[in-house]
Order: sequence, then C-alpha cells, then structure tokens
Amino acid sequence: MTPMCPEEDFTIGLLEAQSWLDRSRHTVVGEFDVERGYFWTACAAVQNGNPLYWDQRLSEELTGGPTAPLTLLSAWFRPHYWMPGRDVIPLPWQTHFELKATRALPEAVATDSEVVFGAPVRPGDRIQCSEMLRSLSEVKTTKLGVGRFWVIDAVCRNQDDVWVGTETMTGFGYRKIAAA
Amino acid sequence: MFKSQYTSLTYDQVHAGDALPPLAHEVTTTSIILGALASRDWRPMHHDRDFAQQRNGTRDIFMNTPNQAAWLERFITDWAGPKARIGRYKFRMGDSICPGDTMVFSGQVEHTQIDEHGCGWATLSIVLSVGAAVKTRFTARVALPVHADDNPWARAGERWQP
Repeated sequence: MTPMCPEEDFTIGLLEAQSWLDRSRHTVVGEFDVERGYFWTACAAVQNGNPLYWDQRLSEELTGGPTAPLTLLSAWFRPHYWMPGRDVIPLPWQTHFELKATRALPEAVATDSEVVFGAPVRPGDRIQCSEMLRSLSEVKTTKLGVGRFWVIDAVCRNQDDVWVGTETMTGFGYRKIAAA
Repeated sequence: MFKSQYTSLTYDQVHAGDALPPLAHEVTTTSIILGALASRDWRPMHHDRDFAQQRNGTRDIFMNTPNQAAWLERFITDWAGPKARIGRYKFRMGDSICPGDTMVFSGQVEHTQIDEHGCGWATLSIVLSVGAAVKTRFTARVALPVHADDNPWARAGERWQP
C-alpha cells in the first residue's frame, strides 16, 4: 500500500493552518435571544421529563431560575434556515472545512467529540461561539488514508462574556490510500 | 406551570459498577425530524429520505448529533434526578440511527470521586445500541449532591471544575 500522492504534498497549506493554532476565529453571535419555548420543544423531542426544565419553582430553587437543557447549547448560535438578504447559511466548524479544503487534505471525518458545560444558559441570553484550532498532528496513516488529525474547540460565552461551554471536535483530514 | 415531586441520587448512593436503568425508544421518522428541528439542525439528511439515501448513502434519514446528545442527557437525568449536573460528555459515533431502529441506552458507573472543592462526581460509561450493534459510545462526568442539602447547580467559578 502506498499513498496516492508524494509525502511533500502533505505540507501544502500547512504553514497557513499552523498560523491558526490557538487563535480565536470565526466568531458567530446567536441571531436571537435564548427563549424558553425552545427548552420545551427540545425536551418534548426526547420525552425528557426532567422537572428542572418544566417546574418553575424547582428551577428557581436549584438554579436561580429557568435554565436551558444543557445539550441544547449548539442551538443558540445556529443560524436561521433563511433570512432576508442572506444567500448562504454559514456552516458550523468552519475551521474543519477550511482544513479539509486545503489541497493536501481533501477528505475529512470527525472522529471524536466532547462537550464541557460551564454556567447555565438562561432565557434572554445571547450566546456567541468562537472556534480555535488547538492542535494539528504530524502525518499519520490510518485505515482511511494518510493525513493529519486536528482538534478544534468551539468556545461559547454569553452576552456578559461568561463561559457557558466548549465543544471540542477531533477531525482526521486525509488522502485515500491506493492499493499498490 | 407544572409542579413536581422529585428525587435525586446523592453521591453516597452511587458506586462503581452500578448499572443505569436502560432506556429504549422506537425511532420513527417523526422523532428524528423533531430532534433535528428542535436542535436547529436544518441539514437535509435529517429530514429528506431521498437526500440521505442518494447523497449520504444511508438507508434512511438519520439522527443528528445534538439529538443523540439530548437523548443521552435524558438517560442520565432519568437515573440521577434534577440535581445531577452534567459536567462533560465525550462520544464516538460508529453508525447511524434510522427510523425503524429500536435504540437502547445502557451504561454503568465507572468510578466516583470528590474533587478538591468538595464536588461529588460520577464517571459513566454508556453505549447506544440497536440490537447487538453498538452505534455510539459515550463517557460522561456528572456532578451529584454529596448530601441531601448539597446542590451542584450552585457551583460556579473555581468551585465548578467539570
């Protein structure tokens, strides 16, 4: 088994990608305030009866007021499907797609994901999210092909700059291996 | 507004090796589309069967990632109660969940720990399966009250180390 392209191809776009390391990029600000109706829609979709999300008294007792289901975090900065004057919906994980778009790494998959939760998200909050490339590996060979692993954080904060959570995605960008 | 009686597990009630009660759900086209739209995921492979089959090569539309996470959250808090506060979860998806699947969440407590700030934690190992096939593997770290009057949701700043 040999790679379809010579080893030197894997350096294409590398310097530019390395310049993205540990720098905040592609900040997206939610297009609407966090709203409680979404809490119940999300809970209904999975039949989640957690009284923290349904019982006003309990939410005040435990968290100081209504709080969003934790796993709804990414919804708060997802763009609308359509807006007047906008032709293209921005994609999440733009750094992932930019890395994939370099000539050396035309294929890519997400291999692992992790989410860490900070302060609760409340009705009326406006959530913003910034991506940060955390690491870019040396050239690796897997059963998918030859390429590089990368780790990207999406760091989420509310309108008061309080950290509410971070999503971390590990991706593998590669070229397929051709049979010898 | 709905009012409830509830119980929450406390740290001393949870031990390594404890099994979480399994959660089974018959997945339908409706449940997949509901979950995608509730998480504001408009991508067509989660609501358009033709697109999913022709462009993604899957047998049908399939459950989106945030919706799997929402089911995971329900699975954990059905067991632990409303005082339980998920600190983090990690997952690796291996295959798609489609209409007609009976998905089953199952899991166990891997270990427990009280951190330097007195917060009680349980680390859970969880799998999402359809039949004998494991579709997604999760690990989750969940804060539990260390006694009846403790409340992990009251933790902030340095006292919250998820």
